[in-house]
Amino acid sequence: MNAPLSSAQAGWAHALASPFPPLRIRRSVLLALIAFTGTAFMLSLAIGAVSIPLEEVVRVLLGGQASNDTWQTIILIFRLPKAITALLAGAALSAAGLQMQTLFRNPLADPFVLGISSGASLGVALVVLGGAAVSASVFGRTAFLGELGLVSAASLGAAAVFVLVLAIARRVQNIVTLLVLGLMVGYLTSAVVSVLIYFSLPEQVSAYINWTFGSFGGVTWQQMRTFAPALLVGLVTALVTVKPLNALLLGENYARSVGVNVRAARWWVTASASLMAGAVTAFCGPIGFIGIAVPHLCRALFVTSDHRVLMPASLLLGGGLALIFDLISQMPGTRAALPLNVVTSAVGAPIVLWIVMRRQSFGRI
Amino acid sequence: MVTNWLAARHALRSLGSKLDRPEREGHVTDPAIAICAHDLTTGYRQGSHVRVVHRGLELVLPRGKLTALLGPNGAGKSTLMRTLSGLQPALSGTVWVDGVPLRALSPQAIARRIAVVLTDRVDVGYMTAYALAALGRHPYTRWDGRLTPEDEQIVQEAMYAAGCAGLAARMVAELSDGERQRVMIARALAQQTPIIFLDEPTAFLDLPRRVEIMYLLRNLAHQTGRALLLSTHDLELALRFADLLWLMGGDGTFVTGTPTELLQRGELLRVFSAEGQEVRHYLQDLHQRWQATDLLRTPQ
Repeated sequence: MNAPLSSAQAGWAHALASPFPPLRIRRSVLLALIAFTGTAFMLSLAIGAVSIPLEEVVRVLLGGQASNDTWQTIILIFRLPKAITALLAGAALSAAGLQMQTLFRNPLADPFVLGISSGASLGVALVVLGGAAVSASVFGRTAFLGELGLVSAASLGAAAVFVLVLAIARRVQNIVTLLVLGLMVGYLTSAVVSVLIYFSLPEQVSAYINWTFGSFGGVTWQQMRTFAPALLVGLVTALVTVKPLNALLLGENYARSVGVNVRAARWWVTASASLMAGAVTAFCGPIGFIGIAVPHLCRALFVTSDHRVLMPASLLLGGGLALIFDLISQMPGTRAALPLNVVTSAVGAPIVLWIVMRRQSFGRI
Repeated sequence: MVTNWLAARHALRSLGSKLDRPEREGHVTDPAIAICAHDLTTGYRQGSHVRVVHRGLELVLPRGKLTALLGPNGAGKSTLMRTLSGLQPALSGTVWVDGVPLRALSPQAIARRIAVVLTDRVDVGYMTAYALAALGRHPYTRWDGRLTPEDEQIVQEAMYAAGCAGLAARMVAELSDGERQRVMIARALAQQTPIIFLDEPTAFLDLPRRVEIMYLLRNLAHQTGRALLLSTHDLELALRFADLLWLMGGDGTFVTGTPTELLQRGELLRVFSAEGQEVRHYLQDLHQRWQATDLLRTPQ
């Protein structure tokens, strides 16, 4: 048996040849991620249908006055809330995706496996499609259908599933039960939505479809007061649960054996992931692929499953990528804009595909 | 000594004597004993449905010794280990760990006393062997799981002790079964517990790897003073390497003793008495040979 080398015996030469790899995220990598996300944030303020010079953007952000009043308005009223929304939503979806993948030990889990977005879409479908069936008046519907109506409908739907999931998460022995629940909620809501679509007018259907495209642009400063705190609570909880998540990598039995209260950990992880997925879906629509792809991207980039690395990395990369996806969907220099989900899927799908192909030769989560 | 105590305990119990209490308390606080259990009933409770696996177990796990738990499939070896390590509650009876009732200990406190190596498949994608072993520090790290230099030192020493320091930079997914088992043992050592349970640590390993692991475990028990309990189906290796055997029959019987004692008393055969004729004949033949040869001479 090898005797442990004392550091005095081994000296610096041993330290150089140490067989033990570093366990922490490298500071340079962390700085690079922060720089990436920061750049994406600044670019999303500067680029759009109207281009604004970066120094003007900086001046406005620092509380100064832009040389052009329109620029001032564009930055403060339109682009800044949108950029903050994209940053927070991207970070939240990535964190929730990472949590769900580890909790279910399933590389294909995303923030919506628990049926949160299904609940939200049912809420929206009931308002958009079912609302007219009641009032039978297109005008009445559109009046009722303000942004706020959509947000509250989606929030109610998401919250209903959220409460259901948490009530069940407290009770179930086997975590897979939750997964099955999420699937069933998904099937149920899609059945109801299909029925509603079948009996709806084309304009109503298109209003619903519009919502499913997703957008970071709908959050006003007023709504930000609800949106941002909800996501920040979720994100902080996600950062605090990295330790039990690491233990859960070995399975629930091992986690229990190192002192993790598995039931409590499961509940907190589920609660924060559902809160984040629910809030993002309520305010931005069902935004796909970021939540599933970013954690995998981080694993591949940093070659680790350690949540102390993956969680901060996913937050930063998720926020940055969401900003860039949004930028692409604006198609700068043109009048047209692509639906956000088209962009996230067009970029996200190849990534997931690549991971699935890669998985044959390598591990999982 | 242990068997004597058990025999005495049994006699006292059958007399219905209340004298057994001070006797047991003596064991509870005996510093040479890591775990003892009294009138322990193991099993599963699901709603109103109760399935008893073992009733009225009396057992003692000494420090500094390698104890092997033997018995046919389904005899309840894993259930007993899970119960003793607090992973599942006992149906009745008491388990003392370091003289403290197990049920009075928080999960964190149990994790600082008992480490386990399970049969659960460890399936992590991107994790080095070092990072895996470092998860053993979990009960000691602060909220964010950050390892101090002292923690890292402890993990590294554990990997040297388990003979897997050279694997530190390798990915867990690329390790062979034997290599992974060593890393899991290093993880348990890094947990710095006086007690380690290993559920079939030699399953899936080839003979050289099985022998290596048994040497490793016995040396760890003797040199570090830890109480090691392993379950195994490998009768011969257990007889050769273990200091004590816990024999669990398929019919709910439970006897303990040194390998020599149990071999001479024919207890090993009794454990498998419920098996079919072919099995019994095979084991009788094996048993006679073991008794005839110098099997129990301690391997060097």
